[in-house]
Amino acid sequence: MGKVKGKSGPLARRPDNSAFKQQRLPAWSPMLTANTVLPFFYLMALICMLLGVWLLLTVQSTQEIKLDYTEAGTCDICFEKRKNVSNAAQTCTCTVVFPIKKALKGDVFFYYGLQNFHQNLRRYMDSRDDGQMVGRKTNLKNPSSYCEPFTKNQNGLPIAPCGAVANSIFNDSFTLTYHGSSGPSIRVPLLRKGITWYTDKNVKYRNPKNDNMTLAQVFEGTAQPLYWQKPVYELDPLDPTNNGFINDDLIVWMREAAFPNFKKLYGVLYRASQPFTKGLPAGNYTINISYNFPVQYFQGRKEVVLTTLTWFGGQNHFLPVAYLVTSCLILLIAILLTVAWWKFGKNGKRMEE
Amino acid sequence: MTVPKDIPDKWFPIVLPLKRKKQKGLNGAKSTKKRTEEERRVRANDREYNEKFQYASNCIMTSKYNIVTFLPVNLFEQFQEVANTYFLFLLILQLIPQISSLSWFTTIVPLALVLSITAVKDATDDYFRHKSDNQVNNRQSQVLIRGSLQNEKWMNVRVGDIIKLENNQFVAADLLLLSSSEPHGLCYIETAELDGESNMKVRQSVSVISALGDPNNLASFDGEVVCEPPNNKLDRFCGTLYWRDKKYTLTNQNMLLRGCVLRNTEACYGLVIFAGPDTKLMQNSGRTKFKRTSIDRLMNTLVLWIFGFLVCMGVILAVGNAVWEREVGSLFQSYLPWDPPVDNFLFSAFLSFWSYVIILNTVVPISLYVSVEVIRLGHSYFINWDQQMFCSQCNTPAEARTTTLNEELGQVEYIFSDKTGTLTQNIMSFNKCSINGKTYGEGTDPLGPQPKRLDFTPFNPLADPNFCFYDDTLLESVKVGDTHTHKFFRLLSLCHTVMSEEKREGELFYKAQSPDEGALVTAARNFGFVFRSRTPGTITTTEMGRPVTYTLLAILDFNNIRKRMSVIVRNPEGRICLYCKGADTVLLERLHPCNQELMNITSDHLNEYAADGLRTLALAYRDLSEDEWEAWSESHRCADKAASCREDRLAAAYEQIEQDMMLLGATAIEDKLQEGVPETIAVLSLANIKIWVLTGDKQETAVNIGYSCKMLTDDMTEVFIISGHTVQSVRQELGRARERMIDLSRTRDGEKEEGMEGGFMENGFKEAQEGDGTGGGGKQLQCPSPSPSAPPPPSNLMDNISGEFALVINGHSLAHALEADMETEFVSTACACKAVICCRVTPLQKAQVVELIKKHKKAVTLAIGDGANDVSMIKSAHIGVGISGQEGIQAVLASDYSFSQFRFLQRLLLVHGRWSYLRMCRFLCYFFYKNFAFTMVHFWFGFFCGFSAQTVYDQYFITLYNIVYTSLPVLAMGIFDQDVPEQRSLEYPKLYEPGQLNLLFNKREFFICIAQGIYTSVVLFFVPCAILSNATQSTGVPLADYQTFAVTTATTLVIVVSVQIALDTGFWTVINHVFVWGSLGLYFTIMFALHSQTLFKIFPNQFHFVGSAQITLLQPVVWLTIALATAICIVPVLAFRFLKVDLKPQLSDTVRHTQLVRQKKRKPVGRSVGGAWRGVGSVSEGRLGARGSRRSGYAFAHQEGFGELITSGKNMRLSSLALANFASRHSSSWIDTLRRKKNSHAHTPPSASGESSPAPSCVSVSVPPLSNSSSVLGGTPDIPIEEDRGATLVQNTQTVAASPTQTPPASAPASEEAAVLTPAAVRAHGGDSPGGWTVTLGTVQEALFGWKTRTTASNSPGPPSVAKETSQIE
Repeated sequence: MGKVKGKSGPLARRPDNSAFKQQRLPAWSPMLTANTVLPFFYLMALICMLLGVWLLLTVQSTQEIKLDYTEAGTCDICFEKRKNVSNAAQTCTCTVVFPIKKALKGDVFFYYGLQNFHQNLRRYMDSRDDGQMVGRKTNLKNPSSYCEPFTKNQNGLPIAPCGAVANSIFNDSFTLTYHGSSGPSIRVPLLRKGITWYTDKNVKYRNPKNDNMTLAQVFEGTAQPLYWQKPVYELDPLDPTNNGFINDDLIVWMREAAFPNFKKLYGVLYRASQPFTKGLPAGNYTINISYNFPVQYFQGRKEVVLTTLTWFGGQNHFLPVAYLVTSCLILLIAILLTVAWWKFGKNGKRMEE
Repeated sequence: MTVPKDIPDKWFPIVLPLKRKKQKGLNGAKSTKKRTEEERRVRANDREYNEKFQYASNCIMTSKYNIVTFLPVNLFEQFQEVANTYFLFLLILQLIPQISSLSWFTTIVPLALVLSITAVKDATDDYFRHKSDNQVNNRQSQVLIRGSLQNEKWMNVRVGDIIKLENNQFVAADLLLLSSSEPHGLCYIETAELDGESNMKVRQSVSVISALGDPNNLASFDGEVVCEPPNNKLDRFCGTLYWRDKKYTLTNQNMLLRGCVLRNTEACYGLVIFAGPDTKLMQNSGRTKFKRTSIDRLMNTLVLWIFGFLVCMGVILAVGNAVWEREVGSLFQSYLPWDPPVDNFLFSAFLSFWSYVIILNTVVPISLYVSVEVIRLGHSYFINWDQQMFCSQCNTPAEARTTTLNEELGQVEYIFSDKTGTLTQNIMSFNKCSINGKTYGEGTDPLGPQPKRLDFTPFNPLADPNFCFYDDTLLESVKVGDTHTHKFFRLLSLCHTVMSEEKREGELFYKAQSPDEGALVTAARNFGFVFRSRTPGTITTTEMGRPVTYTLLAILDFNNIRKRMSVIVRNPEGRICLYCKGADTVLLERLHPCNQELMNITSDHLNEYAADGLRTLALAYRDLSEDEWEAWSESHRCADKAASCREDRLAAAYEQIEQDMMLLGATAIEDKLQEGVPETIAVLSLANIKIWVLTGDKQETAVNIGYSCKMLTDDMTEVFIISGHTVQSVRQELGRARERMIDLSRTRDGEKEEGMEGGFMENGFKEAQEGDGTGGGGKQLQCPSPSPSAPPPPSNLMDNISGEFALVINGHSLAHALEADMETEFVSTACACKAVICCRVTPLQKAQVVELIKKHKKAVTLAIGDGANDVSMIKSAHIGVGISGQEGIQAVLASDYSFSQFRFLQRLLLVHGRWSYLRMCRFLCYFFYKNFAFTMVHFWFGFFCGFSAQTVYDQYFITLYNIVYTSLPVLAMGIFDQDVPEQRSLEYPKLYEPGQLNLLFNKREFFICIAQGIYTSVVLFFVPCAILSNATQSTGVPLADYQTFAVTTATTLVIVVSVQIALDTGFWTVINHVFVWGSLGLYFTIMFALHSQTLFKIFPNQFHFVGSAQITLLQPVVWLTIALATAICIVPVLAFRFLKVDLKPQLSDTVRHTQLVRQKKRKPVGRSVGGAWRGVGSVSEGRLGARGSRRSGYAFAHQEGFGELITSGKNMRLSSLALANFASRHSSSWIDTLRRKKNSHAHTPPSASGESSPAPSCVSVSVPPLSNSSSVLGGTPDIPIEEDRGATLVQNTQTVAASPTQTPPASAPASEEAAVLTPAAVRAHGGDSPGGWTVTLGTVQEALFGWKTRTTASNSPGPPSVAKETSQIE
């Protein structure tokens, strides 16, 4: 800041004459004048309008098919079956048929959705052990107390992965079959990998270091979660690298949803072969569901969602509409302000003079 | 001798139990078993004996901690604060796992931060206290130990020691005076630090001991003192000295108290009676009770409300939790069973309540209090650093001694000011005199250059070089040998009670009891009549270089009833002469009838002097024949010896001889105003601050000062004087004043002309007369109409009083007015007045008046004073300001702010106070806003997460939000913000009003902030919620996961509150930029760091947000969300603010706007502001000149002089004439007498400059007396104001013609009226305070010299410029 004056003589105690101490720092003092505020409002309205229109157009190009299969098709049997906990071990498959009237072009994403499932309860969210999931041996055998009561099974073996989140993993599986207008039914190929966050797959979830041991050996001495049919190292029978804590489905599930109604990615259409190179053609489809996940306890619903995407997601009409509404409101306010300024404004008048 | 000030015990309501406790503590083991002392026994030179009693040592300790005790004691103290305990409680809650919704560190980090900041502050404070204690304790004093003097530190002085004091040394402890170097065991002390009185006091030792004299004898002195225990009564001491089997009574007259300074005494010896904490000084220096600002109180209320709100939200959410757990949660149990202790939904709801209390506690931000303290500290530093409040003469910067009151400075409505030393410099200067009908004094020429100061040295080698006088005609007259002039100065050199001290030949020092007397004797000294020395029977002077010794026959001393003093001397030739000086009121009545004509002229002069606020004295002499003297001397002796009614008989005897005197002339002494006082008062009253002067001075003096500092002006509608002696009379006078006010304002509102007429006829000073009449007791029966029980008029009526009134109330009337049943009446009357002067008030009354206003007006009061008599007032007002002037440091020590010039007050209030208030209000508004916006999001989220007390944000964000992400920008705003530049707030004092009306932060503003905060939280929650629940990454991964949502919401929040602070900040300095941008940057940096892989790998369970920031913030949709939410949050605010500025601009907006538009000629605003004021001014304009009666004052000390001491030679006694029964009975009758006389003489005497000056008392003259008188005195007309401009022009031209050398700056173009007016105006005032002022700003002058701006406003060339042109022609 300013320079310190020589301290001597009768003015020895005089405060420094620095801009800081004398509160005279150079400063910019903006003021809300009509010259700045009104153009700003119009500009904002315009920008919002343009964004809104653009987003709306973008959203229009997407397609989405939602299918609540909780009791649909033949699933009502399974639905009834799952009401009884004692049947949990029994498998149940069912089929739902649905048409696609207009082909879904481009990448098609397959989601499963749950309604009224609260992944965002505080105790639920806390009920996990990230130390265990990142492969720490101590945590593997000795899970955090946050996992209570899913820490140990009735035999006293530590559960891996522990906690309520892992325990309640969504374990329905789907196979989608295309019934073309001509020709045989073709199973729709779904890519079941690469559906997680990069950091989750590569940083956050790690299997314990195995030192040439198999996964099964590594997880020896741990128990599978109570509701699971398979241990964690056998989640994907097809791909041994997709087992353990780094299983994609597990990782997707472990990323808790913020709201009780959510959808999670199940797979992406593999467009390598005909007739799916351009997406899902129109026609009839069936989904074979291995119906394991009970929802009637919490009055939930299950659904599958097939959608094409824009750069900002699926058929998300809220965003463009919100932008359009906002822009209209801003415009309205701007006009009102202009009128008020023109008719009654005091500063405005003065500035005219 | 000096009458000890009549200080009521209640004056020091201060002895704090805490303080006592502390002292006990520091005395360690000794005092642990200390019982209450009932009497004190001290034996001189016997330490062993005295140690038995374990009296306190002379070591004082005001510090609270030492290194060991600091931490526990400080923590204990801090946890006594409710807020801190609350957060401790939260911390404990968080340790319960079932409840803990947040990690423990979210509370402990801010709490630790807050505690440590406070601790550091306390430690620094205590360090400085240690330092000052050490400094005092290590002062050296000479102690008589085993017969020899040894240097000891103060702290080692013990009770019972004999110590030696030298001239100008501070007294180290409360001492019993044993002997002194002066004859008769006398010694002089100055008690300024103790009670604020700067005049000297005399103390005398018990005569037997004083004979002991030198150290050797004293060493064997073994007297024992038995006296009262330590107490805080400064004016009382009773004890007994036992020595050589005899008893001697000891009084306060024998005591030297700690804090006094020895003066005029080479050395003295004293016996330590009370030491250290037992001394009266320390007993009186209790801590000021802790002052809180109104914002503080409001803040506490609001915090309580927020607590209530918090509990409500907690209850709502808990109920929600109960319902949810019953309806949904119970079904969800297979996935998430209840925690073991929870077995039903009610218990779960109970736990959820506490969890939500923890989460939502951020609505009561822990950092609020500490931030407020930091801001106030910053403001205090700005006050300390302000160069414009630095007084270079006394090398004193302003000091904010309390750092907690700054914003209150922006809300002051009432200022209570002391007079002496505060408004005035307490320096008396001989200014003018009238000798034999001719007036001398400095020529106050508004246009000419400053006259040269007279140099007396060639004429008189004994002259005092500091004496200033400008009129050389007087010196000429002395040199020529004019007999009257010689007699005049001879009188001044003889008739006084001043003591002289002549260290070396020619180096004279006068020790006067009152500064007035000193000024007069010094004047005589410089004009060749040098008072050299006196003995009980003689006075030696040097008259015109010739030494003369007069025999002093008698001193007829001053007292408050006589209001005069005389000496009777016999000159070397043997002629006896009586010289008398006294108040004109009494003196003029005792003149020989042949003086009639001279008396008329002289009283004219007296009027003029008084009109200038000078203190006047009339001088007269009487030649006595030997027979007359013998006869009188006999009767005097009789009276003197009379056993009963001695005082009365003496007075009668004096009265007898002081008759038929010949008038010599009159003196005028200027009680110099401090620099810039009138401007300051004008500016402050423009800022709608009411100024009350509370002074111990007499009514006349106080009124005079009131006029000279422009508190009272001649265009005031009416000045009421309340001086009744009984309850009824006071009540009547008050009632009458109110009626007049209502009448006048009604007529004035109805028809202005008539209103003026009405005010015209009535002279405020008549009121006094009537009051005195009723005071006599006869009148109240005659007029029972305003019955004592009549309720005061409805206050709204009194509130709407228009017009300018002033009230002068006397101490004895005030005593009645302050009684419980009359105080409302008094308050309503006094508050309707623009100016209130209370004179002859005791310190206790000062405090009572302040308390009264605090009680009835709910207004912020400020008391300013410099002496110990102001301490009570300073302590009881909301803000106490001490003037660090000449009267010791008691006031400063008790004050919250101190500086050395009254005029700094305007800067303190209008600049610093206003800014502080503004900043604090903006800070609080924003602070509550940002915390509500932050916290309420959790509330909305509660409805979606099953009321499970899940937070929206990451716990680190919650921890750091208040202390890192958002604290610095708001602190920067709270410390540096300015709405208008400092010059503007002085220019437009009206800018101060929002503070007084409490407009910027009140409950309404608070609710607006809260509403805005809640609105923001709604937007912050629902917009991301709606957008993200359907959005996905481009890879198809949904964005509706919790971590993305948390990051998005947090980022939006930080951005929204940053934009909001940017909107709130009106003054963007570099620091603001750095802080705002820095905070944003810091937010992103810290977030990326916390979400980094490194931290996750170390603590996977603590940092499970790994990667969230990187991935989330790469999503365009997240940024679209942030932008949308920000726009929705900010646009309404922006629109609302714009509308407010545009449709209902505050003055500050307008000023700012004009500033922005760079309209240098601040016309529009200046007119609107000044216009309102001028409107009032011009209404009362017609009443100029109505102020016919003259104000007079007379210069004397308020106590009797040293007269008796001088004549008696040795024996001193205290004649305790109560000051309070002084009555100003004579105040007006003589004026009327004079006026009658004057009107009988049709002509007015020609004045010195040859102009015809209208008699000031003529009611019909429309010239304001102020300018009139100064025109007469200065020999130059002031800038005129009357409607008759032609006449003025003639006058002006005459003047300029008479003094062609005094041309104004000739190059000033006529169009620049303001530029011309400014120096003119300032110089025109030079007559009142030759010290000159700093030229202040245009509006100030408009305010001060309203009549001048009228010329400007009328767009006609002002008289000064015309005059100037004329001069150029000539």
